Amino acid sequence: MEMIVASAIGVLTAGGIYLILRLRAFPVILGIALLSYAVNVFLFATGRLAVNAPPILNKYADVSYSDPLPQALVLTAIVISFGMTAVLVMVALGAYLEADSDEINMTDAGDDADSTEGQGV
Amino acid sequence: MNHWIIAPVVLPALLAPVIAYVMRHDIKLARYASVAGTVLLAVISVGLLTIVADGQTHVYYLGDWPAPFGIVLVLDRLSAMMVLLTSILAMVVLWHAIATEWDNRGRHFHALFQFQLMGVCGAFLTGDAFNLFVFFEVLLIASYGLMIHGGGKVRLKAGLQYVVMNLAGSTLFLFALGALYASTGTLNLADLAVKVRELPLEEAGVLRVSAVLLLMVFAIKAALFPVQFWLPGTYANAPAPVAALFAIMTKVGAYAIIRFYTLVFGPDVAAVDGLIGSWVMPAAVITVAVGAIGVLGARRLMPMLSFAVVGSMGTLLLAVAAFTPEAIAAGLYYLLHSTFAAAASFLLADLVVTRRGSDALTAQPPIYQNGLFAAFFFVGAIGVTGMPPLSGFLGKLLVLDGVRDMPWMATAWAAILLASLVTIVGFARAGSVVFWKSTAMMDTEADASETPAPIGVNALVGVSASLAMLALLASFAGPVMGYLEQTSVQLFDVSGYVDAVLGQHGEDLK
Repeated sequence: MEMIVASAIGVLTAGGIYLILRLRAFPVILGIALLSYAVNVFLFATGRLAVNAPPILNKYADVSYSDPLPQALVLTAIVISFGMTAVLVMVALGAYLEADSDEINMTDAGDDADSTEGQGV
Repeated sequence: MNHWIIAPVVLPALLAPVIAYVMRHDIKLARYASVAGTVLLAVISVGLLTIVADGQTHVYYLGDWPAPFGIVLVLDRLSAMMVLLTSILAMVVLWHAIATEWDNRGRHFHALFQFQLMGVCGAFLTGDAFNLFVFFEVLLIASYGLMIHGGGKVRLKAGLQYVVMNLAGSTLFLFALGALYASTGTLNLADLAVKVRELPLEEAGVLRVSAVLLLMVFAIKAALFPVQFWLPGTYANAPAPVAALFAIMTKVGAYAIIRFYTLVFGPDVAAVDGLIGSWVMPAAVITVAVGAIGVLGARRLMPMLSFAVVGSMGTLLLAVAAFTPEAIAAGLYYLLHSTFAAAASFLLADLVVTRRGSDALTAQPPIYQNGLFAAFFFVGAIGVTGMPPLSGFLGKLLVLDGVRDMPWMATAWAAILLASLVTIVGFARAGSVVFWKSTAMMDTEADASETPAPIGVNALVGVSASLAMLALLASFAGPVMGYLEQTSVQLFDVSGYVDAVLGQHGEDLK
């Protein structure tokens, strides 16, 4: 099982990194999503992998248990990354509608001396 | 347990939703509330500063759960000072944003502003690594909103880059925390400090990975080379008051580096054994160079100031890289200075750029009251470049002195001194083009049909206040340095921190 979890994290991370290096906003958003999946699985695995073990100590018998803290951390991380992805989609959509292109790169015009847009003028 | 410790987090957290939901249609009401909240925050942080004057580390246990099982907030000299710095900067920036009507160019400025303060104060106060991540996210999500405040094509594009960069950084942060938890089984900073020092060397591989990953995350925040490239685009395209507020955001990264790599991965930890300093030093030297070259090469005023911020972060982290109490005290002084210097320059640039209509560094017909702005720019440039009599000079001097005993002292001195020279040339060039060369074009403008209204006193208050802070820092450098020296002694007193947080319970755990 360790092998499956580890390679899943690896594949998700590799895919995510490939996608966030793309030029356009949509693949980048997908890449960020993949990366956050990868990190969620990774966080989940930091408490060691245990199957069929309750996340609670048993004071009567020395039975195996799974670490509950990573599960709580993962829950927080999922909520945050979900919210962040929503914000990212909205910002990307705003940028796309304003600029009529979803390229991530700033065009040179944005750096040009005569471009005053976005300077609050 | 002193409940005031959590007030800098709770106050903005309660105020922001009220502003967003109740006062969203009434900008005047929102302004009053926001100003009142920020002033109250400043009062509270002065109170916190008096609490830490006893030299103790004060701990706030959320829900009264004993550490390390619950989340703790920790108030020591460093965090009290950073919260005070945040609240003073917030007052200055807020005043400027209101006086120049920036807050009315988009919606929800004040709510986002308060959420930003909540995140920053929380990051300074927390004593838990995962909680630090959460507060980073709070301050980031508010900063995304502030960054694209007012809209515009270029700003949204720059905002998108900023968001993507920071989301990637957050993912890296989670990976680092996961690795840290996997190897130590805790995320409480004090408990980590104990566990990391107990871990046998042969099991420290994962720990070392997490130490380096964390350094990368904080380096992104602190705009350290090679992950500094997001900063110029972001700051140059953000609304100027927001860029001034962001002066504290890079300091959050620097604070996290100082906190983590003295407390958890201190110089005495065998597992990382000087690894951090030897990575931060070259990165900081290159950052200093990048900042200076950027200042010289910038074609617009706002990117030039952004590169000046990059350079100042390099200088600050060069002092931190030494990881000695003297150097860190010097670095903290420079941190205070560079925050207000950056704020002053961005706020002034806002006034100038609004009147010129463009921030290009080319000669254009002079603006009304050219001399007044030129004088302000001159003082601001003195502050940013680190010339006497303002605090930048003392700050750089202290940093140079702080790294004097390091083996890489020659490199550091050469970098800082050469970069200062180049930065001075860059600022001199910008000032002469914007304010002097422009006067030659006076006649081409046949006659200004009507004289524009002179600038109101209100709009100048923000700039003047930041410059006054630089002057105050220089005048009271002695007492300030006294406080900072005690601060860095406290920083290196790891067992004091651990005992305060874990207390009696810590004894049991040991």
